[in-house]
Amino acid sequence: MSALPVPLTRRGPLRYTLVRHLMYALLAAVLLLVLTSSVSAYRDFQIANVGYYVVAVAGLTVLTGLNGQISLGHGALMMVGAYTAALLLERDNPLPTTVVMVLCVVVTAVVGALVGAAAARLRGPYLAGATLAFAVGLPGLTSHYAGTLGGDNGLTVLTGPPPASLGVDFAPERWQAWITLSGALITLVLLANLASSRVGRSFRAVRDDEVSAELAGIHVARTQVLAFVVSAACAGLAGGLLALVSGQATPGAFTVALSLALLAGAVLGGLGSLAGAVYGAIALVALPALSSNASDRFDFGTDVKSNLPLLVYGALLVIVMLAAPQGLQGGVRRLLGLVRGGPSAPVRNDPVTDAVPEVSVTTPER
Amino acid sequence: MARFLSVTISGLSGGMIYAAVALSLVLIWRATRVVNFAQGAMAMFTTYLAYTVFEHGGSYWLGFVVALLSGLLLGAFVERVLVRPVETGPPLNAVVVTLGVFIFLQALAGLLFGGRFRSFPTPFSNKNYNFGNVSTLSPFEIFVIVAVAVVAVLLYVLFQYTDVGLRMRAAAFQGEVARMLGVRVGQMLTLGWALAAVAGSLAGVLVAPSVFLHPNNMDGVFVFGFTAAVIGGLDSPVGAIVGGLGLGVLLSYVASYFGGDLQTMSALVVLVLVLMVRPNGLFSTTATRRV
Repeated sequence: MSALPVPLTRRGPLRYTLVRHLMYALLAAVLLLVLTSSVSAYRDFQIANVGYYVVAVAGLTVLTGLNGQISLGHGALMMVGAYTAALLLERDNPLPTTVVMVLCVVVTAVVGALVGAAAARLRGPYLAGATLAFAVGLPGLTSHYAGTLGGDNGLTVLTGPPPASLGVDFAPERWQAWITLSGALITLVLLANLASSRVGRSFRAVRDDEVSAELAGIHVARTQVLAFVVSAACAGLAGGLLALVSGQATPGAFTVALSLALLAGAVLGGLGSLAGAVYGAIALVALPALSSNASDRFDFGTDVKSNLPLLVYGALLVIVMLAAPQGLQGGVRRLLGLVRGGPSAPVRNDPVTDAVPEVSVTTPER
Repeated sequence: MARFLSVTISGLSGGMIYAAVALSLVLIWRATRVVNFAQGAMAMFTTYLAYTVFEHGGSYWLGFVVALLSGLLLGAFVERVLVRPVETGPPLNAVVVTLGVFIFLQALAGLLFGGRFRSFPTPFSNKNYNFGNVSTLSPFEIFVIVAVAVVAVLLYVLFQYTDVGLRMRAAAFQGEVARMLGVRVGQMLTLGWALAAVAGSLAGVLVAPSVFLHPNNMDGVFVFGFTAAVIGGLDSPVGAIVGGLGLGVLLSYVASYFGGDLQTMSALVVLVLVLMVRPNGLFSTTATRRV
């Protein structure tokens, strides 16, 4: 959202970041309203899926791109959100959906705080390993507490029909798309503001140089935990929205592969940019659909069908890191930079790949 | 009491497997300061190759050798081709690359071999020896312990008493200086990854009979190996083995007294506790980095 360099001489209400971001969001909302109303129910379902992936990938982008921490546990944090939603909606008089989603965010943020409190100690590979353990271990809890959590079959999420005011034959998929897209827009506005606020600057400062950040009066550990909690809250909302869209919460949906797919989405889009998170989320929905089409056409069978997207994610993670560490958004920025005259267009939110300054001594060939 | 003893002893063979994974992580960490998150998936893949050998009528030992050799090649390939370009960059990039390899291999295994759980043969009996009412190790479990111990000792001898080992240590410890003294640093790092991957492949073949063969089934084993390596400080091969054994016994208690589903979460608790109390592990000798 805030990817483009902003001239400093703005007049009128647009000088306020919040106003600007709200305006972008309003514009996007109108466009999406037109889009969702003009496509088929199946496309609306896919758009609904993009909606919650945007929330999750944007959260991960803030953590990894802005704060330089890596989490392999965001799939598991989504699971916390999904199960919270399922348990809350299971009751006889369920709370309104909005309240349920807020509670998903709160519960997952608390869990994230527990995991992330360790983050202050667990830097780099340690945090990655600990969150991986979380992602591998959490689905096991559902069979240990099969009574409340439903074991391997998971829980059914009861979602009501679209409101009657929209008409009787209003497609439920379109209603779901509206719900997840609202969640996505709210998340993006909040994160974009956070990124350009004092807090966002302290995230970046900690990412770039912990010692300097500490000298500048930033509490490094607290900042890292905060970034993890913000990111976990996003994953919680994403999980809650996923539960609404899919109508169920099962441990099989929240494997390590999901966590790695989210990371692939963030890396592919370009770490450190929320616009990149949107591209990444679209890719996470488009790739499995494409692979499913291809498998049907060439009759590959289920083994290929279910594994092809993961194969592509893996290849993408490696290739993007080796060839274009700034992801798709990096390419977009370079293009815009060329259009605006010269390759030296300023880049705001530096992606994580710039985090460690290049040593000027040339490294000899090994 | 008899049960407690049985549970303790049965944790040892699991612990030796985690020690082998931990050892491979430590070797790679020492050589290149990268945690190889693909280690579990690499071991899973080479174990599938061994399985393919059995399917075509090969003996257990032929499959065993195929697994270790393919591990050697896979480790060398991953370092030389995929990790080398990002080794000097930000540490996150190398982590992301190994994660890419992780999910790629998992998907490839699912694609080639399917998602069915397959039982994996053992070369020796799986029946425990009993002393009174204490059940102890089975011949296969003894084989597991001996195999990992032999590999650990061989690696120790290689690193401490051979010319190649000295060059590998020099390359890992002071790359620039070693290069000036004529050590082919790049080759040494590739060799380090290759040897580490052999230890990982060994763990894969040894753990497969008890967890069954499945594209995702090394995830848990990798987490335990990582935890064991962190207990030992990521830097110390001895620490990796002690950490693996300790964790194996501990997880055996958890599985026996609370339920097997909780094993991974308890490994996470151990991991966090160790890092809270001694961030550099119980055996690390390097200076603490304090911010």
